[in-house]
Amino acid sequence: MFEIFGIPSTALFGQLLIGLINGSFYALLSLGLAVIFGMLNIINFSHGAQYMMGAFAAYLILQYSGLGYWPALIIAPILVGITGILVERFFLQWLYKLDHLYGLLLTFGLALIFEGVARNYFGSAGLPYTVPESLRGGQNLGFMFLPNYRAWVVAASLVVCFGTWFVIERTRLGAYLRAATENPTLVRAFGINVPRMITLTYGFGVALAAFAGVMAAPIYNVSPQMGAELIIVVFAVVVIGGMGSILGAIITGFGLGVVEGLTKVFFPEASNTVIFVIMAIVLLVRPAGLFGRRA
Amino acid sequence: MERVVDPLAKKPSILHSQSETIGFLIMVLVLVVAPFVTYPLFLMQAMCFALFACAFNLLIGYVGLLSFGHALYFGWASYLSAYSAKAWGFPPELAILTGTATAAICGLVAGSLAIRRQGIYFAMITLALAQMMYFFALQAKFTGGEDGIQAVPRGYLFGIFDLKNVMTMYVVVLIIFILGFAFIYRIIHSPFGEVLKAIRENETRAISLGYKTDRYKLVAFVLSATLAGVAGATKAIVLQLASLTDVNWPMSGEVVLMTLVGGLGTIFGPVVGAFVILVMQFKLAPIGEWVLVIQGAIFVACVLLFRRGIIGEIANKLRIRL
Repeated sequence: MFEIFGIPSTALFGQLLIGLINGSFYALLSLGLAVIFGMLNIINFSHGAQYMMGAFAAYLILQYSGLGYWPALIIAPILVGITGILVERFFLQWLYKLDHLYGLLLTFGLALIFEGVARNYFGSAGLPYTVPESLRGGQNLGFMFLPNYRAWVVAASLVVCFGTWFVIERTRLGAYLRAATENPTLVRAFGINVPRMITLTYGFGVALAAFAGVMAAPIYNVSPQMGAELIIVVFAVVVIGGMGSILGAIITGFGLGVVEGLTKVFFPEASNTVIFVIMAIVLLVRPAGLFGRRA
Repeated sequence: MERVVDPLAKKPSILHSQSETIGFLIMVLVLVVAPFVTYPLFLMQAMCFALFACAFNLLIGYVGLLSFGHALYFGWASYLSAYSAKAWGFPPELAILTGTATAAICGLVAGSLAIRRQGIYFAMITLALAQMMYFFALQAKFTGGEDGIQAVPRGYLFGIFDLKNVMTMYVVVLIIFILGFAFIYRIIHSPFGEVLKAIRENETRAISLGYKTDRYKLVAFVLSATLAGVAGATKAIVLQLASLTDVNWPMSGEVVLMTLVGGLGTIFGPVVGAFVILVMQFKLAPIGEWVLVIQGAIFVACVLLFRRGIIGEIANKLRIRL
């Protein structure tokens, strides 16, 4: 063990790791928000609630079918993604011709419903979800102790984030998506079913949030309000990064997580607010956001 | 060349102004009679929230800006009003002024940041800034953290009127509410208000007509924050309490809901919406967390089926302005 700026290395790197973990959730969630916003022109306020639903789905899958973490990691996002598709078909599709603000208000209402239902059935206290057998324990790296599960979370979200980036920027499907974002009418004229693409995009964005929720379940407790405060921070992350760029969302998410972690070491009182302060500074210096294009 | 109709030109109509006058008289009459029929404390609280919703509506309804962080101004005004009355022994009129000034300053800072981005980003920025100030309230010593500031003395207004008397307090709140309401009405119908509406309809065109729209938006934002502050500061004196609930994000959502239910961009809508939502919360209090679900369902229903809100629908049916 050694010291950096008078801080023991284990504490510093430990917080750095927590920052990376938070950063993975910021990245996954802001990525989902950006993808949804690109296609639907709606800011999905229920994103936090859907993250929470992912965690609860994992918890319920374990309770009722006995299936553990690994199956849940696949099943929970699919289930929550299906609810997302239903939400798009029943509610969101009627809003595309209206002002963006109505989408925000409607998804805010949905978030209240999801959170309220969860609170009614599970109470406000957190429910425990244990780390899967195969990822218990950790590695001693000399300068710090690295729990296996946390390493897995960072690695998995990096893979998922860059996988999403690859699909959107480098494949034919992604090209259709980007084209439909720019000009849906023209893409429809080419015979592509844009409304179905929009539905599936929303389902995918929601599934991404649920995936983050399942990964968060063993780290934080599973609780109804776990998404509500997170989504506000993610909004700030989105404002800082701008929603124009997928890569931008990923970099901003991880970067801000690390900054937040470091703030916990050097100035703990400000750790809750540092991202909002950065947002204010970015708005002063670069109003369009770090990766945004001026509208 | 086709003649473009100037959106700023006023079309004078006797029926229009009359419907608003009649509505105003009915509202005042109801509020004067109401304390003899139902709980004055509930009515005072409802009037504070009604003023809060009217202030919020000034932005969303007349400038088209959705602030999702209005709890900041309401809550911080409430804290400063309560603290100055309790710790510094300010009389109620000064306490309310202190709270209001706090809200105005917060509004100036947050507003000048938020108007740098448009549309959906504006909503996210206001929400994020409000959340930041929520954390400050949570950590600051003077706010009392989870306990809030309790047992705030109501004191003597101008050193004469004892506000511990419920009816005296009621009259004071009623006067503050009516003045605030009339002020907002005046803003909306002033030349300044007409420019705000022009910005709402077509900002680019307003800019091309030579209006510095950012400046107009900022002034509207500060006015809205200040009036929300009046509501919050008065609420702290009425309920003798300032707490974290007032600054947290659900409060921001609640004021959006009140305005939406009553009718965005209508003058009386926010008042009706505030009363409807508060009565609902009051009646539904026994069923606990389901209130959250019901509020969410009302949001969804309003957005999908009922975008004009209660007053908006009535005004539309009767073809009048309310």
